[in-house]
Amino acid sequence: MSVEVDMDKCMHCGACVGTCPENVLFLNDLLLEVNKGCIDCELCVKVCPVGALKLRGD
Amino acid sequence: MKPKTGGKIDCDVLVIGAGPIGCTAARFAAKNGAENVLVIEKRQEIGSPVRCAEGVSLSWLEELEIDDLGDAIKWKVKGAKLYSPSGHKMTIGKELAGDEVGAVLERDVFDKEMAVLAAKEGVDFMLKTTAKDVIKENGEVVGVKAENMGEKFEIRAQLVIGADGFESQVGRWGGVYDTLKPSDIMTCFQYRLSNIDFDPEHTHFYLGSVAPGGYLWIFPKGEDKANVGLGLQLSRLDGNKTPKDYLDEFIEDHEEFDKGQAVDMVAGGVCVDHPPDSVITDGLMLVGDASRVVDPITGGGIANGMKQAKIAGEVAAEAVEEGKTDEEFLSRYEKRWRKRLEDKLWRNYLAKEKAMELDDEQFDMIVDALSDQDLDELSTEALLKAVADKHPELVESFKDML
Repeated sequence: MSVEVDMDKCMHCGACVGTCPENVLFLNDLLLEVNKGCIDCELCVKVCPVGALKLRGD
Repeated sequence: MKPKTGGKIDCDVLVIGAGPIGCTAARFAAKNGAENVLVIEKRQEIGSPVRCAEGVSLSWLEELEIDDLGDAIKWKVKGAKLYSPSGHKMTIGKELAGDEVGAVLERDVFDKEMAVLAAKEGVDFMLKTTAKDVIKENGEVVGVKAENMGEKFEIRAQLVIGADGFESQVGRWGGVYDTLKPSDIMTCFQYRLSNIDFDPEHTHFYLGSVAPGGYLWIFPKGEDKANVGLGLQLSRLDGNKTPKDYLDEFIEDHEEFDKGQAVDMVAGGVCVDHPPDSVITDGLMLVGDASRVVDPITGGGIANGMKQAKIAGEVAAEAVEEGKTDEEFLSRYEKRWRKRLEDKLWRNYLAKEKAMELDDEQFDMIVDALSDQDLDELSTEALLKAVADKHPELVESFKDML
């Protein structure tokens, strides 16, 4: 699986990027990219200050 | 040097990230003799959007050779007030004056000022330019793959400095350090509230379950406006409650904010780990939040990062001068910044680890015990010494460092 970003909520702060143990997230200017390699640890989901991330399919 | 996109750019020192730390590293590299210093910044505007609570001391200005911050200082406070969960209160800094007071910055203005200081030393800047990967040859970092306005190109440098913040990609691509533990990550949310009725002469800190594993802050930005935010320890978060939810509840519960309106929202992550074993590899140095030198107690990254960036710039100039950028040569950067900062970082890390164990009752006990003390110095050290005086058991793990 992987995570998906609600771009209406995302504040482009990068908290998830620095937290991801597999470095699959990338903050490209004002766009958060989710790349391959997600291990479903959900740390990015928890760390997001505004709840903009969730596991795909949840 | 006039960088052009397309093809390849060569420089002596390449800094990734035009925050105050990257600009300061670049400034001191140029000031000490490096000729072709280039800073790239992925955003279109330096300093924006702000990702900071903006409260700082000003004690480091002289060390950083900064005469005047001008409009970057928005407000000054006389001291700080600490609140325990059940409402015990202590005030720090009744007799303070001058540079000892705390200041609240306009970070966007401050960041641009730091860029201007670098530009005056001859540093070049490229905005809206993103590093997409580091280029390694024989294990040594020799540049980055970059993108500017849709164009892809390489930037080659004798030395790369990663100043790309909490989410540092350069540090990870360079293989410098490991993943952070959830207990060493703070997740933060803040509003800039206007039209509020509060005491603007102090910064305010709320401890305990209002912000599990962290604290809630009110940093004044004027008579009736302030940054109101909090940081929570990632490992303490459970369920679906976000930092924003915690902050919204606090604001709802406090009548001084009844008429407040948010004019700004800020989110972010902060690393409160101890300093990593290494912040260098062949051809690469990390600096600031990217090198994890945020104060683990306060979560403040500016002062430590600026001091470290000056040293990074000086060593970068020496490296270019001598044509040596291998890890062995760059270890002089490690030695110098650690001598300047590491003891305090470790002490505050151990203090943070202890503070994380405390529950609301213990915070009540501590603040109550300290409430009759007159603490004049607005510093973590002064506070820890006062705690040690009343509750020596709490500082047992780092008493030798006080």
